[in-house]
Amino acid sequence: MKITQSEVEHVASLARLSFSQGEIDGFTGQLNSILDYIAKLGELNTEGVSAVAHGFESANCFRGDVVLPSLPVEDTLGNAPEKEDGAFVVSKII
Amino acid sequence: MPDIVDFTIKQLNTLFLKGEISPVEVARAYIDRAERVEPKIGAYITQTTEIAMAQAKEAERRFVKGEDVTALTGIPLGIKDLICTKGVRTTCASRMLKDFVPPYDATVMERLNGAGAVMLGKFNMDEFAMGSSTENSAFHLTLNPWDLTRVPGGSSGGSAAGVAARLCAGSLGSDTGGSIRQPASHCGVVGLKPTYGRVSRYGLVAFASSLDQIGPITKDVTDAAIVLGAIAGLDPRDSTSALRDVPEYEVGLSGDIKGYRVGLPKEYLIGGLDPDVEAAVRRAVGNLEAMGCNVVEISLPHTEYAIATYYIIATAEAASNLSRYDGVKYGHRAKDYKNLIDMYKKTRSEGFGLEVKRRIMLGTYVLSAGYYDAYYKKASQVRNLIKQDFEKAFNACDVIVTPVAPSPSFKLGEKTGDPLQMYLSDVFTIATNLAGIPGISVPCGFSRNGLPIGIQLMAGPFEDEKLLRAAYNLEKSVGKIEKWPEI
Repeated sequence: MKITQSEVEHVASLARLSFSQGEIDGFTGQLNSILDYIAKLGELNTEGVSAVAHGFESANCFRGDVVLPSLPVEDTLGNAPEKEDGAFVVSKII
Repeated sequence: MPDIVDFTIKQLNTLFLKGEISPVEVARAYIDRAERVEPKIGAYITQTTEIAMAQAKEAERRFVKGEDVTALTGIPLGIKDLICTKGVRTTCASRMLKDFVPPYDATVMERLNGAGAVMLGKFNMDEFAMGSSTENSAFHLTLNPWDLTRVPGGSSGGSAAGVAARLCAGSLGSDTGGSIRQPASHCGVVGLKPTYGRVSRYGLVAFASSLDQIGPITKDVTDAAIVLGAIAGLDPRDSTSALRDVPEYEVGLSGDIKGYRVGLPKEYLIGGLDPDVEAAVRRAVGNLEAMGCNVVEISLPHTEYAIATYYIIATAEAASNLSRYDGVKYGHRAKDYKNLIDMYKKTRSEGFGLEVKRRIMLGTYVLSAGYYDAYYKKASQVRNLIKQDFEKAFNACDVIVTPVAPSPSFKLGEKTGDPLQMYLSDVFTIATNLAGIPGISVPCGFSRNGLPIGIQLMAGPFEDEKLLRAAYNLEKSVGKIEKWPEI
């Protein structure tokens, strides 16, 4: 499977990244060599093998549904690039 | 008397208890050494000298007053810079988080602080733990203390170089595909990746959540057992942390390993393996045999598919995890932008380095419409086959022995031009993360040109205690490193 330059541009847009033309060229080549390598998995017949999300079975260990103190608003906003009246500020979207 | 900075954690604790040395004296010795040595190695991103001195004074007070102390009280440690430390910036070696100051401590930090440990600083790493040489740090290189023209390994390169250069008594790293064990091997120190779920990941900045695990990097196996005992255990804030008792790892070391079945996977001693590495592994296996272990050949037939599987699963998880860096709540935000989407794109393009972008791209691609079954689903199935390989193998053996890396530390710049070559250097460490099992790197000799070589031991899930016991006995038979590099 070969990834084309326009697919690389599409993926970049999905990932919210922008690149110069030179970077797109570089990525296309590198991603293709990585994908060629990954294609190795196609050699394996995995019919009937279940997909696993973790190395071994373990159930989620949920804590009790009890209200605990959380971070104060001021601390939560401590790293905000822009804030106002206890809220994060972003540009207008509607 | 040896130099203060050469003592292990265990030795320091004994000296503290006898009152022969004080925590303040030890912290001072490390801080003084860092003034001279750190500029040559570049292990740290941030040094926290004031915090260290305050913690050392408090530890000293506890010893003097005879108050409760632990094996880590007054022990100076360094922390990989992707573990959140309240009030101390945590950068992940990324421009994205250059000025990020966490409002909370990771669970492991709460535990270390509760145990009275002293934090000397935050260690350099590959950006967001993506890399095998620490050359992907957005800030600076870290050099290998044994040879300043070589890499310390990665991604926990600062944590490993910091211990080998005696800039701290021990450190914490994180391991997603070998990031504790490979740098430990390259720097001649011990590196332990515990079983997935053994140590809480709360406050560990996420790279690949089904693979990441925090673990210690130390001068010897005893110290690794001590640190693991302090940080392990259930955490209600990490739903993947295991509901299992934490054994007394240090006490468990002394048991004998006679009759242990040691598995040697035939797929791991492959062509392309550096002859010095192979010789070191064979010597270590011989030592285990001499201690009464039975060496058995085992097979992990899907080994050759582990890297491909890993680079699908890890990048898919990374692409999802790193979508949080959008310039809204914390981290870098671009200055000039037209609208919200443009702000996301500029912020992320300015904030992330090349390797991080490459992995986000690969992860986004394998998860994108039409490719999910061919890549992510396929990889998750192969992950099951890899896991089953280990289950079968551990029916026939107690621990598995392999190299950590195909060669000793490589030259700075040697692999930066070819990402795939860099990925392939993780061939021996990646499968343990996919299977969730514990692995440890123990120094087991030197190459002909004087570079340390580590050997990897692995055990079944939650058999960290058995793993440490085997590692401790192996260390005893091979002999610990006595002479650290002059820097």
